[in-house]
Amino acid sequence: MLEIKNLSARIGDKEILRGVNLSVPDGEIHAIMGPNGAGKSTLSYVLSGREGYEVTGGEAIYNGQDILALTPEARAAAGIFLAFQYPVELPGVGNANFLRTALNAVRRARGEAELDAVAFLKLARTALKNLSMQDDMLKRNVNVGFSGGEKKRNEVLQMALLRPGLAILDETDSGLDIDALKIVAEGVNALRSPVFSALVITHYQRLLDYIVPDRVHVLAAGKIVRSGGPELALELEARGYAGLEAA
Amino acid sequence: MSTTVETRDTVEALSVEKYKYGFTTEIAMEEFPKGLNEEIVRLISAKKGEPDWLLAWRLKAFALWQKLEEPHWARVEHPPIAYDELYYYAAPAAPTPKSLDEVNPALLNMYEKLGIPLNERAALAGVAVDAVFDSVSVATTFRETLAKSGVIFCPISEAVREHPELVHKYLGSVVPYGDNYFAALNSAVFSDGSFVYIPKGVRCPMELSTYFRINARNTGQFERTLIIAEEGASVSYLEGCTAPMRDENQLHAAVVELVAMDEAKIKYSTVQNWYPGDADGKGGIYNFVTKRGACRGRNSKISWTQVETGSAITWKYPSCILQGDGSVGEFYSVAMTHNHQQADTGTKMIHIGKNTTSTIISKGISAGHSNNTYRGLVKIMPNASGARNYTQCDSLLIGDQCGAHTVPYIESRNASAKVEHEATTSKIAEDQLFYCRSRGLSEEDAVGLIVNGFCKDVLKELPMEFAVEAQKLLAVSLEGSVG
Ligand SMILES: Nc1ncnc2c1ncn2[C@@H]1O[C@H](COP(=O)(O)OP(=O)(O)OP(=O)(O)O)[C@@H](O)[C@H]1O
Ligand SMILES: [Mg+2]
Repeated sequence: MLEIKNLSARIGDKEILRGVNLSVPDGEIHAIMGPNGAGKSTLSYVLSGREGYEVTGGEAIYNGQDILALTPEARAAAGIFLAFQYPVELPGVGNANFLRTALNAVRRARGEAELDAVAFLKLARTALKNLSMQDDMLKRNVNVGFSGGEKKRNEVLQMALLRPGLAILDETDSGLDIDALKIVAEGVNALRSPVFSALVITHYQRLLDYIVPDRVHVLAAGKIVRSGGPELALELEARGYAGLEAA
Repeated sequence: MSTTVETRDTVEALSVEKYKYGFTTEIAMEEFPKGLNEEIVRLISAKKGEPDWLLAWRLKAFALWQKLEEPHWARVEHPPIAYDELYYYAAPAAPTPKSLDEVNPALLNMYEKLGIPLNERAALAGVAVDAVFDSVSVATTFRETLAKSGVIFCPISEAVREHPELVHKYLGSVVPYGDNYFAALNSAVFSDGSFVYIPKGVRCPMELSTYFRINARNTGQFERTLIIAEEGASVSYLEGCTAPMRDENQLHAAVVELVAMDEAKIKYSTVQNWYPGDADGKGGIYNFVTKRGACRGRNSKISWTQVETGSAITWKYPSCILQGDGSVGEFYSVAMTHNHQQADTGTKMIHIGKNTTSTIISKGISAGHSNNTYRGLVKIMPNASGARNYTQCDSLLIGDQCGAHTVPYIESRNASAKVEHEATTSKIAEDQLFYCRSRGLSEEDAVGLIVNGFCKDVLKELPMEFAVEAQKLLAVSLEGSVG
């Protein structure tokens, strides 16, 4: 269960989040929509602990723990995963090495045994197959020279391997062709369980045809200005965000 | 607080005391009186039972050294070195062992502690080791196996006795005794080092390696390595270096000479981890080294790979003289400096023969208050038509108190030559660190991963057995000395 209460944050002296309230019960998937610059990515960074994002008020409780005091790696160990809107390139770092290092770091933190190269490869190959990805993705350097869509799929691959309790997907659908969109959606749906929840940030109702959300929220000017069921996304698609910011 | 600042603080909080090779070994030593004069040079030569020509050569070197000035063109600073306060010869007091069974157990123990088993049964499969402790070689493994294929791998002092004609022919033929201040000093007082001879057409059946260890206080280490690969021969050689932690600086002035004849290949790899000094810059090794390879033969190849993480000061420029037509020189380097370490390192590629090619890949990583300079010369002589050079120098900065400098010299006297130079300077980006950490990696592991990625093009040139070691070494140095 993720509970965000009255969360405010700024970058430098620019106020971005202005009192966000949001609860995501276990087992649920919530969509967050909202205009460009509303603060959606900022919210995802604040929840995953990026530096430079100063929390000025409120709290974020995940599974009873105040996560705002934790380092990013401790949040990852606690089960939080962020699929980046703009995945980062790591020159010279092999994807397999990166994935295994990450997986073992998280496993260690959770008191689980580390995986050796063989066990890891087996796991990774299965995950790749489920996402219709080529094995050579493992050999390439992390995100270097990946196409936009490949980068996004690589995020979902990481998520599939790390098996988070709370996934935040920041516009993972942007830049995906329609087949890739379905595959990514299946990747998320495959994780659905009573102990998994997700925040899916998107601009397009289309994704929500495949990942049907339990709730849809609209973030505008740093606040949740409206919440509703899946039908809210359809309504936004038809009418846009006009009038919502004032609400 | 910005990430770079925080990284730097994390790095600084971890003490360099973590240097895990910093222990000393208690062992009875024989030392000559301190200071340097003709008498000491004669003593060293007599101790080794050297022939007259070698003593004469040493004395010429010594006479010249006295007239030379310490060079100061490198971007390094140090207080004057008190050459008269140093010991120029220190060796375990026991007589030279004839077999491993005779080696002092305290020494075997020490090498075991360093992860270098000298016991052949326990040794890394396929790697023959020569161990040099202060001034002398204490053990060389797998000699008989090597001898079967005609390969000579032994301490150079022994080669002087057993293969004088080879030593006489090649010693000083690549690095003359008057080459530079430190080479002259080394020529006068060198006490041991490794000698390798690969006969015509022989591919050395195993990796050869030498581990250098400075143990004694106030003792300079002046080793001399000579590797000769005859026509069509090939060899891969690796040296590793460690020293105890001491408050005073210690001088290490080695000379390495390589000779490659027609179609011969020499791969020379260094993992240099001499004690770097403490976090305030106290102590550490002065590593003033002259390394040069001569590609004398047609299509010969000499490849230098170095991972330099230790030493208070590193001053070295492993070079290639590309004399044979079609010969190839390579220089792959990672130099990492932290705290108050200083490195001024690079290479010289001298293209003399036609269609000679050279590749230079240099990765400098600076952290703390350190200074890291790449200095390289690419020289194309008038007859070197069709010569090619490609140089890439990348610098990675960690924190904002350190410096990275790139000083390339290019001299081309042949219009058909092609020389390319690329250089970049970067910092570990905040988004890269955050990306890794959001996946569960600690900040240290993230820095380690990114730095290893940065060095990958060089690390992949190391022999397999040592690539993993080097990666760990980079990570360990990062813990204690990122950079
Ligand atoms: N590093 C920064 N410095 C200054 N302003 C920033 C910084 N990062 C983001 N902002 C500003 O914060 C606001 C919110 O940005 P954010 O990226 O969270 O929006 P978003 O809702 O994710 O938008 P989009 O839909 O375009 O991805 C924007 O006005 C943006 O310009
Ligand atoms: Mg965004």
